[in-house]
Amino acid sequence: MNQISTLERIIRGVLIALVLVFFLFPIFWILLMSFQNNDQILRIPPSLFFEPTLQNYLALLTGRLETTAGNLDIAFMRNLGNSLLLSTCSVLLSLALGVPAAYAFARYKFRLGENIAFTLLSFRFAPPLLVLLPLSLFFKHLHLTDTYIGLIWVYQLICLPLILWIVRGYFEDISPDIEHAYRISGHGWWKTFRKIAIPLARPGIAAAGLLAFIFAWNNFIFALILASASKQPVTVGALAFVTASGIQYGQIAAAIVLSVTPTLLLALYAQRYLVEGLSLGAVKG
Amino acid sequence: MTTATPHAQTATRRPGRHRLTRRALPYLLSLPALLVCIGILIPFFTAVYYSMMRFRLNLPMMKGFIWFDNYISFLSDAAFWNTMSISLLYAFVTVTGELILGLGIALLLVRPTRINNAVSIMLLLPLMTAPALAALMWKLMTNPNFGILSYLVGLLGFTDFRWASDPSTALLTVVLVDVWVYTPFIMILLLAGLRSLPKQPFEAAALDGVPRSFVFFRITLPMLMPYIITASLFRLLDSIQQFDIVYSMTQGGPGDTLMVFQVQSYLEFFQYTNVGRSAALLIVLWAITYALSNLFIKHWLKLRERAHGPA
Repeated sequence: MNQISTLERIIRGVLIALVLVFFLFPIFWILLMSFQNNDQILRIPPSLFFEPTLQNYLALLTGRLETTAGNLDIAFMRNLGNSLLLSTCSVLLSLALGVPAAYAFARYKFRLGENIAFTLLSFRFAPPLLVLLPLSLFFKHLHLTDTYIGLIWVYQLICLPLILWIVRGYFEDISPDIEHAYRISGHGWWKTFRKIAIPLARPGIAAAGLLAFIFAWNNFIFALILASASKQPVTVGALAFVTASGIQYGQIAAAIVLSVTPTLLLALYAQRYLVEGLSLGAVKG
Repeated sequence: MTTATPHAQTATRRPGRHRLTRRALPYLLSLPALLVCIGILIPFFTAVYYSMMRFRLNLPMMKGFIWFDNYISFLSDAAFWNTMSISLLYAFVTVTGELILGLGIALLLVRPTRINNAVSIMLLLPLMTAPALAALMWKLMTNPNFGILSYLVGLLGFTDFRWASDPSTALLTVVLVDVWVYTPFIMILLLAGLRSLPKQPFEAAALDGVPRSFVFFRITLPMLMPYIITASLFRLLDSIQQFDIVYSMTQGGPGDTLMVFQVQSYLEFFQYTNVGRSAALLIVLWAITYALSNLFIKHWLKLRERAHGPA
């Protein structure tokens, strides 16, 4: 693999450039669109050079859209807040529930243990609607329809299996000897778990938490079925906004940019954790 | 699997109470997680029950148990077979495309140089974009009036290329979005796999002057196979259940061209309020994914064993 000819190097470079164009161009183009007004967007041929405008973002921030056809109220900032609230709370709850369970599965061999673990894993693979449609009928009886609590509970379906399996794999990679030594020196179980096990597994917990946050943020189907406009996250809100605003393409692009920016920034910031989490979650366990 | 029990030492000190806690501890630790999920298991069984009922929200008095009639009616139902074939086709085309592209990109980036690592990080971005929002992005780019892609294919001579709104190109368009979002996933797994392969066979082949194509087909590919199988089964499971991209982009249309399982049952439930039929459709989908996921878990455990040593 050492002798790589110049020709091969050039071909590789061109191919990599093509790959980058295909995967990054859509994000770049939508970003450009979000700084254009409708006239600039509709211009043919499309141009990379234009006078950028902030009016799309201003309209979203102030929640008022003034068009020639009249004024339109946009609740998009609310969607953004909902996304933040739902994802954060879901991940925190999932960590509280999932980390102890992951520890139990990794450290103890107990009756039903594997069965429970696989039941939890299999949720990852069941069609979400299978659970969501009956749930939408139950939620009406339980008065959980269109509540944050109901949504956060259902979001456990996304976050919990992910956290459980990544963190479990992480605990299994750590030798239990340190915990043994700490216990022999007279410390209780809880203290060992808190002072030794959790700090050692912190990178795994961070990876799992980040990944769970991104998946919760990106989820669409749960909120589509269980939330009305006031509780909707950005994924559902953006689609509703497209329908409501019709031809306000600049604002649609700006709304998309605002919706994907948090996860993309997180992804770039934590890429090392993320790759680890993705491959642990899918391959290593 | 580690079976160590940190309790062994203390248990001898205070036997009675501690043995009990020791045995109960793992259950206590996993119980809260389980309880939350049991609440989610109940709807699953209800769905099975609904699937055997005549149950329409708009006709509550007609509700009744009809055993397998919903399923039997599928056999002679053209719409059902359309759903079945379009779902399978969608899953097959997306996973094949993503696998070929993902493997190609992983091979391009296999040397851990700084540029290659930076590129693989940039490729995470589509994967971290919500699929529903990715569909909207592509919808803007394929808009017939101003979409950049419509303009570009127009330059190539396809002046009336209508992307997702034309039945003949709708599948191609959603597949393109799916490939855009999920190819990086396969790429990451295969890249990790490629970089973890032992070096010796490749060095030996290079010393003997074995042709590159031979090395690829006889060494790289077979050694990478467990990763390829795991990654494709994982994607297949997701892809056959695709909802976000199809729903955001076309709502299953135009006509019934893209009525994949979950979109079809969503519409059965909310538009036609036919709960029984919707549930039966989902159970069929679940049976398919269950069979696939068993396969997946088997392969995945084999990989884990490799990574962690035997259980």
